[in-house]
Amino acid sequence: MLKVENLSIHFEERGASQEVVRDVSFDIQDGEILGIVGESGSGKTMTALTIAGLLKNNAILDSGSIRLDGVNLLSLSEKEMRSIQGKDISMIFQEPMTALNPTMRIGKQVEEALILHTDLSKEERRKKVIKALEDVELTQPEKLCRKYPYELSGGMRQRVMIAAAIVCRPKLLIADEPTTALDVGTQESILKLLKKLNKKYNMGILFISHNLRVVNELCSRVLVMKDGRVLEEGQAVQIFEHPQTEYTKELIAAIPTRTKGSRFYELLKARASEEGFADSDVKAGEENA
Amino acid sequence: MSRLSINGMKKGKTSNNLFSGGPQKLSGQKAAGGGLRSYNFTFGAVLTVIMLGLIVLGFFWVPYDTEAMQGSVKLNAPSLAHIFGTDQFGRDVFSRVLSGAGSTLVIAGGTILIGGGIGILTGAVTGYFGGWLDEGLMRINDVLAAFPSVLLALVIISIWGSGKYKVMLALGIAFIPSFARIVRGEFMRCREEDYVTSARLIGVSTPRILFVHILPNILPALLSSLTIGFNNAVIQEAGMSYLGIGVQPPDASLGRMLSESQTYLASGPWCAVFPGLFLVLLILGVGMLGEGILDRFGGGR
Repeated sequence: MLKVENLSIHFEERGASQEVVRDVSFDIQDGEILGIVGESGSGKTMTALTIAGLLKNNAILDSGSIRLDGVNLLSLSEKEMRSIQGKDISMIFQEPMTALNPTMRIGKQVEEALILHTDLSKEERRKKVIKALEDVELTQPEKLCRKYPYELSGGMRQRVMIAAAIVCRPKLLIADEPTTALDVGTQESILKLLKKLNKKYNMGILFISHNLRVVNELCSRVLVMKDGRVLEEGQAVQIFEHPQTEYTKELIAAIPTRTKGSRFYELLKARASEEGFADSDVKAGEENA
Repeated sequence: MSRLSINGMKKGKTSNNLFSGGPQKLSGQKAAGGGLRSYNFTFGAVLTVIMLGLIVLGFFWVPYDTEAMQGSVKLNAPSLAHIFGTDQFGRDVFSRVLSGAGSTLVIAGGTILIGGGIGILTGAVTGYFGGWLDEGLMRINDVLAAFPSVLLALVIISIWGSGKYKVMLALGIAFIPSFARIVRGEFMRCREEDYVTSARLIGVSTPRILFVHILPNILPALLSSLTIGFNNAVIQEAGMSYLGIGVQPPDASLGRMLSESQTYLASGPWCAVFPGLFLVLLILGVGMLGEGILDRFGGGR
């Protein structure tokens, strides 16, 4: 469905230039969840923004193509791109607190994409909005439509964001660290929700995160990026069990687990002995910390 | 700074957000602000409604013809027949105050329509797009802003001649820079917000982003600066009429009434007191309303 080939981008500001994405290629099949992992500045968000058509003026595209069902997005005019944004490709962000317009009612914000991309009547649009809010498992959608974002919790806002993103049934949803700003419990439920929507609507998801654990939970295939390059690509299981590069090994080792021998476990043990606990008080477990 | 690092920018912004504080912030504000803040809004709104009501009434009905001179009642003190008294020609001061305030309202309203309209447009475009457009328009703006607005209005009037609508146009042009600057700053603040990125992402056109998505978010700052602008326009119109370059006789004007009544301050102080008082109350009401709007909806900025 989506095919990115040899994408290279650099920034230019006041004469200085910096490469942010170098020769990145990957593809996403219909209904597949692809994860991109990497540290801050590895180019993962830039790649996503480019796919979404949000390259800023000072970012210069050096080479490459992004094809959605055969159409090269990079060759489209701004107007043509606008007809794809929100309809075939949508995106959700990290901060649910700022991603909703504080002066617009929830219903209106979810409806916006429908107004732009469909010719539905007001009544039909309202039904679709309600349906989308139900899809993201929000209760009392009718009542919710009339509320303003400040009346909602962070988890609810992220759900509203997702509802607004999927209301037009996009082929591809780009999720840029959608769970980073949420607490662990809410994180889990948002991940489950994404998985459910992915199954239900056969919607491809490009999931960006620096959290390997989360990526492992959600994605079937994983891309590891560093300094704008793709270091490694493969099935999630394969990457976790047989990482090919040192960097991926380190990333995996950095996941805090209480499994014996892990870095986090050793840290816990050291702390425990410092504070005078016996070794046996530190229990090894399968569960992630 | 690269404008692309959307992730990095979010954190600091949250505190600026008008509504992010939610209920806690509102209750905290009420407790900290005490009675005075809400008092501003209520008192300002009531006073504004009364003064505007009187002025609008004056458009349709005044007790006496504003230009009819009556030799028999020259400089009469306020009475039941003439509640604000009469002036040196025997004209009813109350009627003249209402009709003068009417022209003041039209001029001040027109001024903020022209200045505010063009100011919002330039501010929105420059603030949102930045770059050479911003540079270019803002330098023109700086040139305009470099002249004191009265002086600029004087220049425009000396070229075009005086009169109600020319005063309005002159003041309107002179008021563009201050509005443009405020709106530009607010749009610059908002353009990096995630909800703007989200809107762009679902394919919303730029004009719609500017005026449907962003504009409502800057309303507190905009409304209060519009009220301040309105007051300045009232004062400047009165000042220009006082100097004789504003509204021309025989049209009534508060500023001109003040200047004409100077000679009769001893024999008929009401000729000066009532127009002055009317001006003061109008400005006070609108000013307090503007403050109140900021206090109530502006997140304490």
